[in-house]
Amino acid sequence: MTTVSGFVSSDAEKHAAHTPPTGLRRYLFATNHKDIGTLYLCFAIMAGVIGSLLSIAIRAELMSPGMHVFPVISAIMSGDGSDGAARNLYNVFFSAHALVMIFFMVMPAMMGGFGNWFVPLMIGAPDMAFPRLNNLSFWLLVASFCMLVSSMFVEGSPGMNGFGGGWVLYPPFSSTMGTPGPAGDFIILSLHLAGASSIVGAINFIATIFNMRAPGMTLFRMPLFVWSVLATAFLLLLALPVLAGALTMLLTDRNFHTSFFDPAGGGDPLLFQHLFWFFGHPEVYILILPGFGMISQIVSTFSRKPVFGYMGMVLAMLTICALGFVVWAHHMFVTGIPLAEQEFFVITTMAIAVPTGVKVFSWIATMWGGSIAMRPPMLWAIGFIFVFTVGGVTGVVLANASLDRQLHDTYYVVAHFHFTMSLGAVFSIFAGFYYWFPKMTGYLYNERLAKLHFWLTFAGINIVFLPQHFLGFAGMPRRQVDYADAFTLWNFVSSIGAFIAGIGTLVFLYLLYEAFAAKRVAAANPWGEGATTLEWTLPSPPPFHQFETPPAIRFDGAGAAVAEGGH
Amino acid sequence: MTVTAHAADEHAGQARHWETSWAPMAIAFGSMFLAPLTFAAAAVMLASTGARAAVLGAPTQGEIGFQPVNSDNAADIVWFHNAFLLPVTIGVSALVLVLLAYVVINFNERVHPTPSKTTHNWTLETVWTILPALALIVIAFPSLRLLQKQMIVPTPDLVLKATASQWEWRYGYPKEVGGFQFDSLPKDDSDLDLAKGDMRLLTVDNAPVVPVDKVVEVDVTSLDVIHSFAVPSLGMRVDAIPGRLTQTWFKAEREGVFYGQCSNICGIGHAFMPIEIRVVSADDYQAWLVRAKKKQFASMEGVELAAAPPTR
Repeated sequence: MTTVSGFVSSDAEKHAAHTPPTGLRRYLFATNHKDIGTLYLCFAIMAGVIGSLLSIAIRAELMSPGMHVFPVISAIMSGDGSDGAARNLYNVFFSAHALVMIFFMVMPAMMGGFGNWFVPLMIGAPDMAFPRLNNLSFWLLVASFCMLVSSMFVEGSPGMNGFGGGWVLYPPFSSTMGTPGPAGDFIILSLHLAGASSIVGAINFIATIFNMRAPGMTLFRMPLFVWSVLATAFLLLLALPVLAGALTMLLTDRNFHTSFFDPAGGGDPLLFQHLFWFFGHPEVYILILPGFGMISQIVSTFSRKPVFGYMGMVLAMLTICALGFVVWAHHMFVTGIPLAEQEFFVITTMAIAVPTGVKVFSWIATMWGGSIAMRPPMLWAIGFIFVFTVGGVTGVVLANASLDRQLHDTYYVVAHFHFTMSLGAVFSIFAGFYYWFPKMTGYLYNERLAKLHFWLTFAGINIVFLPQHFLGFAGMPRRQVDYADAFTLWNFVSSIGAFIAGIGTLVFLYLLYEAFAAKRVAAANPWGEGATTLEWTLPSPPPFHQFETPPAIRFDGAGAAVAEGGH
Repeated sequence: MTVTAHAADEHAGQARHWETSWAPMAIAFGSMFLAPLTFAAAAVMLASTGARAAVLGAPTQGEIGFQPVNSDNAADIVWFHNAFLLPVTIGVSALVLVLLAYVVINFNERVHPTPSKTTHNWTLETVWTILPALALIVIAFPSLRLLQKQMIVPTPDLVLKATASQWEWRYGYPKEVGGFQFDSLPKDDSDLDLAKGDMRLLTVDNAPVVPVDKVVEVDVTSLDVIHSFAVPSLGMRVDAIPGRLTQTWFKAEREGVFYGQCSNICGIGHAFMPIEIRVVSADDYQAWLVRAKKKQFASMEGVELAAAPPTR
């Protein structure tokens, strides 16, 4: 591992004009990729805490049959503790939980946070290609989040606040038929802003990765995390405009008496579902691909071995992206779409298991023969590989339309996508967070706390979602505020798990406080020779500006990137 | 326990037919026989609740598998899952877990301080690409065969119409067997007879009755938002979409009571629109049809017909 200090030494004269702005100006007008990355990460943590609180409320309600918790929450929030208001609030909570976690936690953490922070560092670039666009991207998301939160406090369904139709926004429930109030418009506009934010961000990543790689950093020498961000950016760029189109049609249906989705005017509610899932399925890969990239970096670092089958890993990611656009109707197997259509989507969906399998096997092969250090990021990464595999194989089950007939919209589906998202994506985010925390802050965290956080979360979330497979087999429909008495046992177990995972989140927040309070200074590379990407050649935290003149990138015998020259 | 007649709904043709041809006869018939029929109906109702069929399609506490199967399609689903997919899900998860444990133990830095330099192995990579693909092809054959069986409805012996609205199901029987329809709502907690097998949030006030061993096609639609018609133990699930008529079918193998629930978020009553289907012998079915038609006529007496729901 060679640390090159020439290009990072801050020459006072040269940087006189570039001293970082301070206070509010530094963040409100941020154009520095690392500052924007930090903003995104703080935003994601805040949204993650809100999203977790929503889910804990949901699990508390479902702990036993009958209505217990939401009448109280509803009475506190709106003064109306009636059953109707409580049921509506439950629907609003699970809808908001999904939207918050997807658009305001996972996406900002992965792309906005780690993508902004480490893509330029890893390719030897001074910043993102369009720094001001980057700023716009972040603040649009804040505006979007404000609209989402506002929607919970304005009328949706008659006489009730908030939008309770799930994150999928299916009309006619989301049109004036089910949600005549402005909460529906708030949700639509919120997603419009989030979409614009992501499209702008995606353009920025594509331009940066294609144009700002330092000499020597060829496409096929790029770290897999950069590949994953590039692939994700293309997914965002191609998928989100379709969502924007569908949302706009929904908006005009609601406000200008068009009838794209209204059968009374010749429209069709299924059109919305096709458009939504044309976006929605790539979206789930948007949520997981950067995680794949991070896991590859981490597994390689802590096994002290280069990634096994680099080309296979890149091809697998690109294959997943391509296939991701031709599987959307597997979300619609029970909408009465024709047999031939279902057969097509069964085949394409099952095919995705092949590149996904390649990735899982390659991660294990990377570890095979390595010299594994079980540091916290590695613990989270290994946890990720296991839970993502479980979520993946239940996906193969659901890919069969004939089985989806039995399991669609049951808790089996809830278990499946939480194993890939709540365990998979979130575990990869924590793996990345613990991997790069010393680099980003310059401080070391308490590894015991990080491991405690892992074990509490791992145990807790598995207890939440494993029994939900059983509930799904037994036929318990999702999104229901109350359930038949026969479902009591597994719901109770599931709720206990949520509380354990909740304690894990508190440990995480304490860990953050402890790390900043203790101020243990981190070295440039706290992970040793396995950390071969360029960010570890810079001090921790990196200087405000880096690589202002492009360095030449060379790869030493062990495959480690070395930057030479440049300022 | 009354059957509410809706004189009109968005299917105006059917409703008009009902009104013009059946209503006058019904009123005449009803006024002639109202009193004795009421007694007869009450007696039959008491008898039928006393001899209530066993509940065969319902969830049970703590179960980790599917509900009992009562139709060919449901049996095939469970067989296909347990024979093909369950070994795959458990096998692959276990394989990955074992491999992870193996590498963590054997390639730990304490016991294996010098990492190898291997970065690829084309043979291995080809094998782990081809093998899963082959496994998926093996799964695809029974999967698609079963899908075809589910989707291609055989010639039905009875076509039942299930119309969803916020938040109830309405069942319509074809003209050939009487051309009547009624609403099906969950029983209030206070009306539940748990000793007789009633289940909270599953048992309804008026369940559709169908004959055993007959192909029943269910045509499903909605009057407002999207709902979903699902009865797990009969292998049925299809969305109820306004402006569309979707289909599913079943052939019940034995008599009993089979429960399901609305499975698509449809508003605050989503958890409170259960589906109950009662499967009886051919004779009992005929007897039920007679009673149902008469109850239908009886309900005309008050002529408090529900207004048609708004269709925008």
